[in-house]
Amino acid sequence: MSITLKVNGEPRTVDVDPETPLLWVLRDELKMTGTKFGCGIASCGACTVQWDGMPIRSCQTFIGDLDGAEITTIEGVDGKAASAVQAAWQELDVPQCGYCQSGQVLAATALLEETPKPTDEDIDAAMDGNVCRCATYARIRKAIHLAAEKMEG
Amino acid sequence: MLHLLQKPLETAKPSRRTFLKMSAGTVGGLIIAMKLPNMAEAATGEFVQPFVHIRPDNTVVVIVKHLDKGQGIATGLATLVADELDAAHAQVTTEFAPSNPAVYANTLFGVQGTGGSTAIPNSFMQYRQAGAAAKAMLVAAAAKDWGVPANEITVSQGTVSHASGKSASFGELAGLAAEQEIPAEPALKTPDQWVYIGKSFPRVDSKNKSVGAPNTYAMDFQRDDMLVAVVARSPRFGGTPVSFDPGEALSVLGVVDVLMIPTGVAVVAKSTWPAIKARDMITIEWDDSGAEMRSTDAMMAELAEMAAKPGLSVRKDGDAQAAIENAAKVIEVDYEFPFLAHGTMEPLDVVMAFDGSKAEVWSGSQIQTIDHNVTAAVLGIEFQNVAINTLWAGGSFGRRATADAHVYAEAAMLAKALHEKGTSGVPIKLVWTREDDMTGGYYRPMSAHKVKVGLDDEGNVLGWSHRMAAKSIIKGTPFEPMLMKDGVDHNMTEGAQDTTYAFPAMEMDQHLAETKVPVLWWRSVGHTHSGYVMETMIDRLAKEAGKDPVAYRLEMIKDDPRKANVLKLAAEKAGWGTDLPNGRYRGVAVHKSFGSYVAEVAEISMDEDGIIKVEKVVCAVDCGIPVNPDNITAQIEGGLGYGLGAILRNEITMTDGVVDQTNFDTYEPIRMSDMPEIEVHIVQSTEAPTGIGEPGTPPIGPAVANAIAAAKGNWVTTLPLSKHDLV
Repeated sequence: MSITLKVNGEPRTVDVDPETPLLWVLRDELKMTGTKFGCGIASCGACTVQWDGMPIRSCQTFIGDLDGAEITTIEGVDGKAASAVQAAWQELDVPQCGYCQSGQVLAATALLEETPKPTDEDIDAAMDGNVCRCATYARIRKAIHLAAEKMEG
Repeated sequence: MLHLLQKPLETAKPSRRTFLKMSAGTVGGLIIAMKLPNMAEAATGEFVQPFVHIRPDNTVVVIVKHLDKGQGIATGLATLVADELDAAHAQVTTEFAPSNPAVYANTLFGVQGTGGSTAIPNSFMQYRQAGAAAKAMLVAAAAKDWGVPANEITVSQGTVSHASGKSASFGELAGLAAEQEIPAEPALKTPDQWVYIGKSFPRVDSKNKSVGAPNTYAMDFQRDDMLVAVVARSPRFGGTPVSFDPGEALSVLGVVDVLMIPTGVAVVAKSTWPAIKARDMITIEWDDSGAEMRSTDAMMAELAEMAAKPGLSVRKDGDAQAAIENAAKVIEVDYEFPFLAHGTMEPLDVVMAFDGSKAEVWSGSQIQTIDHNVTAAVLGIEFQNVAINTLWAGGSFGRRATADAHVYAEAAMLAKALHEKGTSGVPIKLVWTREDDMTGGYYRPMSAHKVKVGLDDEGNVLGWSHRMAAKSIIKGTPFEPMLMKDGVDHNMTEGAQDTTYAFPAMEMDQHLAETKVPVLWWRSVGHTHSGYVMETMIDRLAKEAGKDPVAYRLEMIKDDPRKANVLKLAAEKAGWGTDLPNGRYRGVAVHKSFGSYVAEVAEISMDEDGIIKVEKVVCAVDCGIPVNPDNITAQIEGGLGYGLGAILRNEITMTDGVVDQTNFDTYEPIRMSDMPEIEVHIVQSTEAPTGIGEPGTPPIGPAVANAIAAAKGNWVTTLPLSKHDLV
């Protein structure tokens, strides 16, 4: 089945089983490996991308439902919030193994686009679906607050 | 998996003899620099030494012999080289070393490998010397070029200069530096001259990991001709495949082959999803005659029974039994600890290409020498015909350090089978899905402890008797001769047998249980349970004695000043003894592991329903010279969080031999809302640097349990806490 969607603003056409999760289309068909496979059941958030600006789990989003959709991945995310988040992540040396961080960056960006000055409770609510086995959560929290400051400045 | 693979791995496992042979290259001192066969590169203006390359474009490449799985060793080794070399942070980058134990062995293991929090301890002198040697050669090159004495030349932030006004970048001097004599014993800086060590050297990988850079992890490996494989393995440990019916699997678009290998039935496809989808369509008959059929309840009952009887002695100081018999009071406590999965974010994976005579591997290889040797043995080729490209690993926590290299063995079986069927030389990416990983064994062993303590009428310890039972991680592996003596596994009882609490009499025994469930090192290994037992017992005894838990501990560690120091520091910074708001409670624990001392004071809240949240943890750490303080802080934060997640709600259980937890929905990891605020205080030490990847983990469990006891008066002795309606 041929499906056309926009990935990071570029129209892309793929010919795959419509049940294929978006995750595997991005990684194996489009060779965009920044979006990670962590659990396959939408429990860890490593595969987070944005669909029309909303964070979604690409491992449980099927390509057959995405004809015409606009998808943003870690390779293409930009704008004020994304730049602030990625700068804060580097400034505070957030990543350890780093495997979950694409998803964390996408989720944090979506949070700040919606809530530019999040409280700790907002951060808990927005980020609880994104697992980090290195437990970098303390730095992720600090980096989100720092990114919020950067967006103000 | 070893349990599925007895025959193939009989030949694949490195024998003690090959293990020694592999390590022979490093006996007799550190390698820091050598004439390499490819010194011709010097002609191109590049400086090439085993641990440091300097390129004409002025980049300093630090060659990292260890696996960086998040613990920050690439940055740590770069810190050491950059400091002695006086390089600028911005010009330093890292590359992983090839698998070559003659040059890149862990000097504490004798083989190339990472584990036991040894990466900095074994590299501290080696990488500093490598940096110092490179600097001396740059200086010699400048002296020759400028016709000035070497001792008049200074180096700072990547610039070599002389009072005459001459100066050059490292890149400009690299080619000439490569031709200079390699100093046998390059002068090292004194600590007051360090510019990065003990100060700051930001991570070398933060940017790539914040932007989803390609080619970072083995999972990211892509090549147009690459195939992907998943394997259906026995639901029970020790089960073997007998026959299979592929069903509709071969008709799934993209599926190339379905084949039986010794570990199970593999689906090979052009990409990942078709392989995963098709695997569910295969029907497999398993032979469970040699499989572990028991439930974990039965296994735990066996361990408890073993721990009730005397076992192999690991420590006997004085007559603990007599002391207990004559004591005013005896406290006896039984503990049970579950199997734990590592749950690395990047599931297990290896990419391997085999053309019949040579093999190339791309992976987060943690013990390269074993992975390398097993790959060669399964493929039936010589060691030198295998090349391993180490990539960043998406976590390990011990999971990628396997004594049997089972993922490599399985990938090699696949590569060999495909070669024999005519598919040769293409890279095959073997992917373990999350379910494969969670149900695939290699867990932290489950264990039982029985502790009996005799006290005098003031609550002082007279005698301590301690027994534990678990499956040995070491027994039957190439590490056995190194880590076991007289049938005793010292890995298993570490953290208890070597306690520095001054007990007048102490005895400790161990029992080695048998099961087909494969077990493995899990971040901080024996300390994960022994630390919990020791520190909750001591807290209980302090209460019996009517003494403050910090003061009670300090009385018994007078001969261990570094331990006493971190305990006092954490207590002071946490405001130990000061009032807390209603519903808040504190607990403390202090534990030494991997040479490092960590004290943690946990502050918890408990609501009306008895549900707890860990609100804040104040830590004090003494790991010798703090090479990279921010990374030490990060490792304590992460190590503590990793341990906290496990004690809150993690356990692997089995029903009739089948693992009950299959993914992160049933093995719920620690999440943002569980994470406490953390404060880390680092002791400014001049002792040799010791481990930091693991020592943050052991104290958190007992610190939290002791805070719960402060609230409720009793100590949890079976984990996780979710079993007790506390979370």
